[in-house]
Amino acid sequence: MIETLNIGLALLVLALAVWTVVARDTFAAAIGFVAYGMLLTLVWVQLRGVDVALIEGAIGGGLTGAMLIGASARLRRTEAAVRAECPGVATRLAAALVAACVTAALAVAVLALPDPAPTLAHETAANMAATGVGNPITGVLLAFRAMDTLLEAIVVLFAMIGVWSLAPDRAWGGRPGRLHRADPDGILAYLARVLPPIGIVVAVYIFWIGAALPGGKFQGASILAAMWLLVVMAGLTDAPPVSRTWLRLALVAGPVVFIAIGAAGVATAGAFLAYPDGLAKPLIKVIEWALLPSLALTLALILAGAPERPAR
Amino acid sequence: MSFLDLFTIVAVSAGAFFFLAGTVGLLRFPDALTRLHALTKADNLGLGLVVLGLLPHVDGVLGGLKLVAIWLLALLASGAVSQLIARAARRTGPRA
Repeated sequence: MIETLNIGLALLVLALAVWTVVARDTFAAAIGFVAYGMLLTLVWVQLRGVDVALIEGAIGGGLTGAMLIGASARLRRTEAAVRAECPGVATRLAAALVAACVTAALAVAVLALPDPAPTLAHETAANMAATGVGNPITGVLLAFRAMDTLLEAIVVLFAMIGVWSLAPDRAWGGRPGRLHRADPDGILAYLARVLPPIGIVVAVYIFWIGAALPGGKFQGASILAAMWLLVVMAGLTDAPPVSRTWLRLALVAGPVVFIAIGAAGVATAGAFLAYPDGLAKPLIKVIEWALLPSLALTLALILAGAPERPAR
Repeated sequence: MSFLDLFTIVAVSAGAFFFLAGTVGLLRFPDALTRLHALTKADNLGLGLVVLGLLPHVDGVLGGLKLVAIWLLALLASGAVSQLIARAARRTGPRA
């Protein structure tokens, strides 16, 4: 029974992926991508990867989906022109051939993997006690492979700087995105007043439970970012100008704390990002608490877009 | 099979029926407003019945409260979003 459901789910994911690629309308393709992200979340749950499922739902489907919908709205005016200069049959055949070759190479690589696949799961499980955290994913992300997590946090910051760099000269240092106006007594304003308190509690809960069960700072941060964006879109507050000093300090605070603790590890534990004995769990907590607000702000500002309005 | 199992089967099946009916309505109804009407039935009644059916099988009160909270959040979101879509549909006029 569950086998049939899994096969159906896999077929649905594949069909939706193909549909998203071939859809002519950009907006429809973006909506297809969001639905695809939600289905992929179910796939990860079926694979017992609940941590990955949460990330896929929050960032893969939610945040990326919102970005794509925003992008498709901006592209709407130029869409007809782009369609008019559709590449010829030869170009499209060549593109299809290259794509098919890449797919075939990936398929061969996956099928050639040794069975059982080499794994460090046993070593991780044996050494989890040293980290003091209960969720092995958190242990891997913040102790055994902390370097990856540090670089991830910095890459997200770079992505935001990339978005900012699209600002026109006159708006540089100004407020990101358009000015949102909504009926102050309307349903959007109502939702933006009712939902954030609940969302903040859920975000902190998911962040807090990440030490022992699936959850963590990226998932919590994306919920916080969504709540802030809801309030901005309802016109209850405005996004701050990107030139504000407090904003920039808050954005880099998380990575700076992470790097500082990592550098302290050179002196106290003999390696960058190594934790002294017995201090692993408190240090991991400090890093996570420092990263949460920075990540939430960074993700929210990536979604808010490039500065468009002078700060005034 | 205990009474609670039977209750779960009946409630979840009824929920699944409302999801099916909502989907058929979404595909078959003529305009945006009636399609929204069909969708809210799936969200409100379908999800509500599924949650109700699963309640006897959660471990602990906290798990049950979380399930109910998910239903209430889905109600809030679907209610608010349908209002926004309906308003936008009325402003821009009917589109096939």
